[in-house]
Amino acid sequence: MAKEKVLIYKRFERFWHWAQALLISLLALTGFEIKGSYSLLGFESAVSLHNFSAVALMILIVFSIFWHLTTDEWRQYIPTYKNLSAQLKYYTSGIFKGEEHPVKKTVRRKMNPLQVLSYLGLKLVLVPLLVFSGIFYMSYRFTSGGQLMSFTPFTLEDIAFWHVLGAYLLVQFTLIHMYMTTTGHTVTENLRAMLTGYEDLEVEEQEPREELDKNLQTN
Amino acid sequence: MKKNLVIIIGLNIVLALAIRWAYNVELSMNRQESMSEVLKKKYGQKSLPATDHSKFEILQKKFDTPQAVTQACISCHTERHKEVMESNHWNWEREEYIEGRGVTYLGKSNLLNNYCIGASSNEQACAKCHIGYDFESTPNFYKKEENVDCLVCHDNSGEYMKGGGLAGLPAGTVDLGASARHVGNPTKESCGSCHFYSGGGNNVKHGDLEEAQTDCSREVDVHMASQGVDMSCVDCHSADKHNIKGKLYSVSSANKNRAECQTCHGELPHESEALNTHTAKVACQTCHIPSYAKANATKMSWDWSTAGKLKDGKPYSEDDSLGNHTYMSIKGSFTWAKNVTPEYVWFNGTADHYVLGDKVDTLKAIKLNELFGSYSDGKIMPVKVHRGRQPYDPVNKTLIQPFTYAKEKGKGAYWKDFDWQKASEIGMKEVGLPFSGEVTFPKTEMYWPVNHMVSPADKSLSCADCHTNSPTGRLANLKGFYLPGRDGHSGVDFFGKWLLILSCIGLVGHAGLRILSGLKSKQA
Repeated sequence: MAKEKVLIYKRFERFWHWAQALLISLLALTGFEIKGSYSLLGFESAVSLHNFSAVALMILIVFSIFWHLTTDEWRQYIPTYKNLSAQLKYYTSGIFKGEEHPVKKTVRRKMNPLQVLSYLGLKLVLVPLLVFSGIFYMSYRFTSGGQLMSFTPFTLEDIAFWHVLGAYLLVQFTLIHMYMTTTGHTVTENLRAMLTGYEDLEVEEQEPREELDKNLQTN
Repeated sequence: MKKNLVIIIGLNIVLALAIRWAYNVELSMNRQESMSEVLKKKYGQKSLPATDHSKFEILQKKFDTPQAVTQACISCHTERHKEVMESNHWNWEREEYIEGRGVTYLGKSNLLNNYCIGASSNEQACAKCHIGYDFESTPNFYKKEENVDCLVCHDNSGEYMKGGGLAGLPAGTVDLGASARHVGNPTKESCGSCHFYSGGGNNVKHGDLEEAQTDCSREVDVHMASQGVDMSCVDCHSADKHNIKGKLYSVSSANKNRAECQTCHGELPHESEALNTHTAKVACQTCHIPSYAKANATKMSWDWSTAGKLKDGKPYSEDDSLGNHTYMSIKGSFTWAKNVTPEYVWFNGTADHYVLGDKVDTLKAIKLNELFGSYSDGKIMPVKVHRGRQPYDPVNKTLIQPFTYAKEKGKGAYWKDFDWQKASEIGMKEVGLPFSGEVTFPKTEMYWPVNHMVSPADKSLSCADCHTNSPTGRLANLKGFYLPGRDGHSGVDFFGKWLLILSCIGLVGHAGLRILSGLKSKQA
């Protein structure tokens, strides 16, 4: 099969990905300073930047949800167990033997089943955990109309517990994510694709979307 | 189409951020101007007195007694002395409601401190700070209107002063007529003549009230600074019918009639939302008074147990390099400190006190005034904690009110005869309490909320002074709440740390294996 340069990550997707990468890095950097792990920007600047990045990220998330819904790209995240164990086997042994990736990457199916599961977990569990605990953290006390208000369904201690737990998990996710980008056909292939949008893919006969979904459901 | 969408979204975000930024800048500029201007106009300008008392005929004569001055005052201000005689400045007590005690009447007449201990039986000396003449603790005294000392508060000549050991009478050198002709609103010096020197010297007791504040820089006291707004005490401690707003919890208990920062500054005075939300749990004083005793040292401890040592049969004293007494035969040992970092407590505006006759054990330091409050009902408040050791009757389990002051030897006063048994016996008899004959010196503590010596805004505490896990953090020892930057969940931190360490090891191992297995050759 011939390889062809294909636009796999669209402009918004790349913007979304890198903006998110920047914001999450800032949030982690400032968040762990606020937690007391180290001193870098100073507590006050760390808090301001953390709050600013958090709001920016939440806006970005709203836009990305809108984008996923309107472009039908959300279907990329429909979980499948087909090839899941093959993919696991590839990462734990095949990759060392120079075997081929068990799942072919296509524009309609950019992620392998393991990726789908991880990103689904990220988007449905981990990010909501951080976002909602963060919202509770930010709205624990606030002022409105010259009045001091409190929104305290949970104690600050509990909110911080879940927020910090989520933060550790997200840092771990990011570490593994960054490492996994090196497991393409070349070490930098995936990174380059996320920067330029284009990747050399083996072009298969285009399956109609309905066909693809049917396959997914039967498996 | 999609390209356009991205551009529109991007531009909208930029626009939103720009508006937010501009709004903030505008808001902060307006606020800064208005806040300080309004407060300066309101409190920085001195009004001229409505009356010039030096023109009054009745005040031109020579006054032989201070009581005669008071009679002259009352002849025009016919009802004012009645207000004074209702006040706690006159009665040395006020009605309080205390959790666990009910309604009580507390004041200098039945409370103890861990400085000079107590006024009872020592009125001759202690009445130097009573607004009456010829002080005696009999019910009859409190009804004598001519004994109201108008001048100690209203003299503006700066020449009036009370004499030592004269039971509240002015010093013999005072020209009563001159003082009477120069009366007006109380000045810093009027209030300071008692409140700066309480405890036996400048800044001894409070730590945040002392003579330096009559002429100080903004760094020492931003309100009272002579180069600043130059406010006087009564600008905040205003009086309604001679009942003066504000009180101190060394003698007060209830959360009422307090002089508060918010009266002028409002509930949410900061530009920053983050700072405003702190007002829910942090008193203004906590951040804005980072240290007290900024100009002169204040007494931090007083140990009565070492009193009574004599040199050649005579009492003596020792000083430190700053000229502060570190030992006095009549009083014991002291420590002093300058630029003191306050301690911090939860405070809800109410307090309990050791009342004469209360039975207490000595397992822990006895709190002579316990400030109430917790995270749920209080705010974080800076306090000066004065620690001491003072006489105690271990059989009756009561603190002792000793008889300390007399003019001459042989009357049993401790400061003359240095006999604890005798002094305690007389003092306790005076207050109507039993005394076993035994005297020990357990530890005691007093809590003085710090309210004055507010620093300029740029000298206030910054976030990391409290939001830190350093053991020197200001709130390192204040428990009962979660403080971001200080606290964490040890389980989560343990889990998170090892999660990241093991992940890194795993990734490095995986990468190593890939390299070893000849990934590179495959690429080539």
